[in-house]
Amino acid sequence: MPRIRPFLRACLFALGLAASLALGPAPAAADAYTDALAVFSADSFSDTDAAVTAIAASGHPQAEAVIRALQDGRLLAGGGRAFIREGAALTDAATGETLAAPPPGAATVRLNNRVRRTVAAALGSLTLLSPDPRRRLNAAAAVFKARDATALPTLEEALAREGDRRVRAAMAEARAAILFSRPDSNAAQRMEALDILQARGDQDALAILSNPPAGIAPEIAAAAAGAADAIRGRLELWRALQNAWYGLSLGSVLLLAAIGLAITFGTMGVINMAHGEMVMLGAYTTFVVQELIRVHAPWMFGGSLFIAIPLAFLVAGAVGVAIERCVIRFLYGRPLETLLATWGLSLMLQQAVRTVFGANNREVGTPQWMSGALEIGGLALTYNRIAIVVFALIVFVVLLLVLRYTPLGLHVRAVTQNRRMAGSMGIPTSRIDALTFGLGSGVAGIAGVALSQIDNVSPNLGQSYIIDSFMVVVFGGVGNLWGTLVGAMTLGIANKFLEPYAGAVLGKILLLVAIILFIQRRPRGLFALKGRAVEA
Amino acid sequence: MSMMGKAFKHARGLAAAAIALGLAGGAQAQETIKVGILHSLSGTMAISETTLKDTMLFLIEEQNKKGGVLGKKLEAVVVDPASNWPLFAEKARELITKDKVVAVFGCWTSVSRKSVLPVFKELNSILFYPVQYEGEESERNVFYTGAAPNQQAIPAVDYLAKEEKVQRWVLAGTDYVYPRTTNKILEAYLKSKGVPAEDIMINYTPFGHSDWQTIVADIKKFGSAGKKTAVVSTINGDANVPFYKELGNQGIKATDIPVVAFSVGEEELAGIDTKPLVGHLAAWNYFQSVKDPANEAFIKAWKTFKKNEKAVTNDPMEAHVIGFAMWVKAVEKAGTTDPDKVIDALPGIKAPNLTGGVSEMLANHHITKPVLIGEIKADGQFDVVWKTEGLVAGDAWSKHLDGSKDLVADWVTLKCGNYNSVTKKCGGV
Repeated sequence: MPRIRPFLRACLFALGLAASLALGPAPAAADAYTDALAVFSADSFSDTDAAVTAIAASGHPQAEAVIRALQDGRLLAGGGRAFIREGAALTDAATGETLAAPPPGAATVRLNNRVRRTVAAALGSLTLLSPDPRRRLNAAAAVFKARDATALPTLEEALAREGDRRVRAAMAEARAAILFSRPDSNAAQRMEALDILQARGDQDALAILSNPPAGIAPEIAAAAAGAADAIRGRLELWRALQNAWYGLSLGSVLLLAAIGLAITFGTMGVINMAHGEMVMLGAYTTFVVQELIRVHAPWMFGGSLFIAIPLAFLVAGAVGVAIERCVIRFLYGRPLETLLATWGLSLMLQQAVRTVFGANNREVGTPQWMSGALEIGGLALTYNRIAIVVFALIVFVVLLLVLRYTPLGLHVRAVTQNRRMAGSMGIPTSRIDALTFGLGSGVAGIAGVALSQIDNVSPNLGQSYIIDSFMVVVFGGVGNLWGTLVGAMTLGIANKFLEPYAGAVLGKILLLVAIILFIQRRPRGLFALKGRAVEA
Repeated sequence: MSMMGKAFKHARGLAAAAIALGLAGGAQAQETIKVGILHSLSGTMAISETTLKDTMLFLIEEQNKKGGVLGKKLEAVVVDPASNWPLFAEKARELITKDKVVAVFGCWTSVSRKSVLPVFKELNSILFYPVQYEGEESERNVFYTGAAPNQQAIPAVDYLAKEEKVQRWVLAGTDYVYPRTTNKILEAYLKSKGVPAEDIMINYTPFGHSDWQTIVADIKKFGSAGKKTAVVSTINGDANVPFYKELGNQGIKATDIPVVAFSVGEEELAGIDTKPLVGHLAAWNYFQSVKDPANEAFIKAWKTFKKNEKAVTNDPMEAHVIGFAMWVKAVEKAGTTDPDKVIDALPGIKAPNLTGGVSEMLANHHITKPVLIGEIKADGQFDVVWKTEGLVAGDAWSKHLDGSKDLVADWVTLKCGNYNSVTKKCGGV
């Protein structure tokens, strides 16, 4: 029974369409429109799909409003009627009558991917003549994607009227896509379309050119193949660049995760297995900040990360100082015991977070300005990655300046290079130890703010970075921030260039083997520290 | 607020367990039937398995309200194998020999199931396993109430090919036994349907993989060859969040390249903003959003039991509901809890599932289930867009793999889990 009903309805719908078409053009538009509206109540995807096409073709003034409401989930249907929801108000799509409350049995019309595609294509051809240039641009892109030959007359009309240069170009491309792919174009139209598509030169153009319609003239097929090859060659070049960017962005993630460790492990020599948990604490600080902002001041959400950065530094830094004062200072010079103690601490911190926040992942939102991607030529740079690369470099430079030009930095360097001598010069070595450890931990907390944007915020967050961090510090050279920078970037880029050939799993193994071999030849890493500190 | 709620939920779960144990302790004198619950309550798998422990406590409590089984009350014995595979075997042995349970409901990962198998065989007890898995197994002592690949992966691929007209396939998975076996089956199946090798891309990533930039870019490139492309994802747990985030960032929409996932449920989606993911798919045998009176009643009772209006239900929970109902019926049919008699009574037993059908235990110890395809909605729930017409019978051995397609599992007439129909011998290849 439930199988038969949609079928019957589709038949009725088809009959209705046929009947309304037979009645002549003027009433047909209205009838096709109201008939199609009635179909939404059926809750069948194929009927909805047909109804969208029918509404778009009806030319009814309300057509765009109905389809847009459907796209936004604001279209309700029930009992053969359809309603558009606008805020709290409901409007009957057929009669324009307003309702206070939805009638019983009315439910939001559901969409699936097929209907969503039809909706996008229908909206594309409906909004080509919209007064808003941004809408026209989106419409041209939608028509390009759908390549529906029925949109061609409207497209040509829009093209003839268009004043905006960018929109014009997009429309010309959409027209070329239709002309190239539809079966009944002539040779001159195809060649013209081919040139425009080749000039566009992206993966979408390549997809169209490498699938020419059946039965086209051999010389056009050859020209299309040539154009496709040219695009492919250019894309290959862009791909190499894109890969370098991916490497850079992975490298800056590694740099962020490792730079705190470069201080605690690199300069103090403490094997801190709880370093990853400092990163995790930073990420959870971000979560708490965002929760508070969501509840108390939603308008500040865009700036939530900037508020989280200093707080994450303070939280993780305070925990770091506490750990140093309570545990690590008793274990200086006993690396194995430090390793075990910090390992235990890392488990305790994880369990504590699990108890307080729960074992599930926590959602950290991405502010609007960090979503989406910047397209330069064939490169797509996602904003959140750009932000992380820039942020990592800022953290690196600031840390470098702190170590170089502040009294704290001077003391840290003095203690690192020769603890006893620094002590005899009156530097409070044990206080400096605590502060250095706090600084390293605080920087790890800052890294957590950045990592919360790209990874899971879960109690296990830190564990997935601890090995990589040690790898970077050891590879770059213990006790040298520049080494950490070069090490992180080298590993990031090498990883990304290996991945396409070797796969993610094997790529990682190869990299590990390479580092082991490298350490065999240069035990002190890329940038070895020279002088007395080495022997200490 | 939410963290307090979470903490309370845990406390309540523990309290419920304690009460169940305490009550059971008091009722010892009247002689009870003991049922073992073998799910991790600590460690990495606790996130998924704790809910299943609570489900079992709930089901046992409900059954006791109806008077128990064979006139005796049921008593739950809860142990914690702590996500530690060898410990699963130890705890299983403890349940059977020391606590004298008559059946065990438990395990999540395939490796934990494999580790308890010898114990159940040696001590001749019964295990109900509630999670979708890679198949290629049928044991006399185990009853598989989760989906076999033909009850999840194959129908999902059929749906994409039919409804979305997909011609190019990316099989992406985490590098371990379930994705590897499932992808092997899918690859063989797609090739048998005439998909050329160059239209299939297989990609494996390590556990917890977090940098998806290159792989997502590769998928984008693979998908722009002019043929409709889809991703079939067997990516496990935690790695899903950065994967979906990267898809959203690189602007891959479900209308361009849909992703159908086999291990992403309501819980995995909790950690992400689902708005960019609307329209991506998941294949399961149950969704919380299924509109059915039995499901609505279950969700209501479950929320009352958990004392939490936001408590969610999921696919493995439904598997336990079906498995437990089947066990109760089999015990009543056999008139005893003796494992041999119950094992013989189970095939053919029918129990209603929560999606409006009646599942049946088959001779190969798998059950019949409907297959549902859901699309992710903006609120993190699933909208069921497709459902198999009837129930699909679970295959222990895939029909699409060499070496497995000749094998038959039949514990009723053949009394064998891997009967080779070519050599006519029990014992595999």
